[in-house]
Amino acid sequence: MAEATRAIEAVWRIESARLIAGLARMVRDVGLAEDMAQDALVAALEKWPESGVPENPGAWLMATAKNRAIDRMRREKTYERKREEVAHDTGLLFALERSDFEAAADDEIGDDLLALIFTCCHPLLSREARVALTLRLLGGLTTAEIARAFLVGESTVAQRLVRAKKTLREARVPFEVPRGAELDERLPSVLEVIYLVFNEGYAASAGEDWVRTDLCEEALRLGRILVELAPREPEVHGLVALMEIQASRLRARRGPSGEPILLLEQNRGHWDPLLIVRGRRALERAEALPKPIGPYGLQAAIAACHAAAIRAEETDWVRIAALYETLAEIQPSPIVELNRAVALGMAFGPEPGLALIAEIEDDPALAGNHLLPSVRADLLEKAGRDEEAAAEFQRAAELTENTRERRLLIKRAERLLAS
Amino acid sequence: MRFMMLMYPQIEETEWEPKGEAFEAMGRYNDELQKAGMLLSLDGLRPPGEGASVSFDDEGKATVTDGPFAETKEVVGGYWLIQARSKEEALEWASRVPGESCRVEVRQIFELEDFPQEIQDAYRGS
Repeated sequence: MAEATRAIEAVWRIESARLIAGLARMVRDVGLAEDMAQDALVAALEKWPESGVPENPGAWLMATAKNRAIDRMRREKTYERKREEVAHDTGLLFALERSDFEAAADDEIGDDLLALIFTCCHPLLSREARVALTLRLLGGLTTAEIARAFLVGESTVAQRLVRAKKTLREARVPFEVPRGAELDERLPSVLEVIYLVFNEGYAASAGEDWVRTDLCEEALRLGRILVELAPREPEVHGLVALMEIQASRLRARRGPSGEPILLLEQNRGHWDPLLIVRGRRALERAEALPKPIGPYGLQAAIAACHAAAIRAEETDWVRIAALYETLAEIQPSPIVELNRAVALGMAFGPEPGLALIAEIEDDPALAGNHLLPSVRADLLEKAGRDEEAAAEFQRAAELTENTRERRLLIKRAERLLAS
Repeated sequence: MRFMMLMYPQIEETEWEPKGEAFEAMGRYNDELQKAGMLLSLDGLRPPGEGASVSFDDEGKATVTDGPFAETKEVVGGYWLIQARSKEEALEWASRVPGESCRVEVRQIFELEDFPQEIQDAYRGS
């Protein structure tokens, strides 16, 4: 029995996003569509253990969801209800009865899925709500699974979901794929949600936290789905490329006691070559498109430079510095400049790196950030200015909140002063 | 998690290459896997008779045997490497393979976390 339930849940995970998307196209309300889909799941859990999984489970679920909704609305019509409610349901009934899901062509199903993604990531919703709704409706994750993945309470997630669906309903957000300029405007929100899911898993994916590695896989899966649905958008390929290459390092980025290992010190033999190849291919597809690549594509290109170096010393820092320069032009940020300073230091020696640091040191966004003094210390040390470097390492040590990192910074300061 | 789906076609070698309809059906299936974001890689293998095998005796000495092979044991014809969220999900995808007279074996790929702690530590420390 438990085995049958697990098998049904697996089918559900495969079918639910397309099911909800197809239903949402008919009823123009993702919340209602989800309820209808859930109804069909309940029916499947009742029937399938005895009858077996039908030949075409997707079509079965769709037909059941529709029929149950139609039955319910017809039944409720006879009760005493407000006129506008009945009118609303009559409209829905009409939409459901004339819809013919099985006749829907492949690209229509794709369009529905894409519309569902854009609706879940609508800018009206808070970032947390977008993430929760996307994982729920597109990932088929349960509320409990989302809560576990983000280390928050189940009721918090449940509330977020209810509120998000209500917001969409009340604002009458149309269920459609934005076109033209609106697409360009709204795509970043979708990509941000997927990358947030990835980073939530990536930032904390220690060995025992299998749930969080799952989150990386889920983000990759969503990205790969999106690539198939929007193949002309270079940033979608760029994001997938970035995630594939970053995920290739998952096995290499923690030491035996769980301590993070910096990129340049990782054992490159532990990087996953399959994901690197996949990432590089995604990047090539992004670069082959007429639209120019954006911030995700550029970050992927930087990641690909690291991946191409068999040993850390072989890294093409000149190219990385140039890529950071382009990235800083299209998405100005002091953190990007800081990374560019590191790359300049590696490519051309400490002076150009220090010059760039001098330009950004007063940026309020970097105030209190330990990375600024830590990068400067590194460059000063390379320039042979040991005393200044030690002072900067000290300053960085005072600013960091990570104990392990603080110890490392203090050690570097002491070593410089002793020599 | 990752799973390997291994295809064992139970046919004669002379019929090894899939034709027309079967080829198209498999193409559609592969598209579905790709669109679902599940597919990591896939390949079909040339017939076993064109291959060779290297066997090792109990002292580790290697012997090469060229095909075709006398014994007609079940042989792998191709594979899919997929990412799935559970074994059940992988099995559901395997059930959707448009196959006839064949067997698809589903095997989970080892993750580092599956090994004993000391092996994990040694790996992470290397």
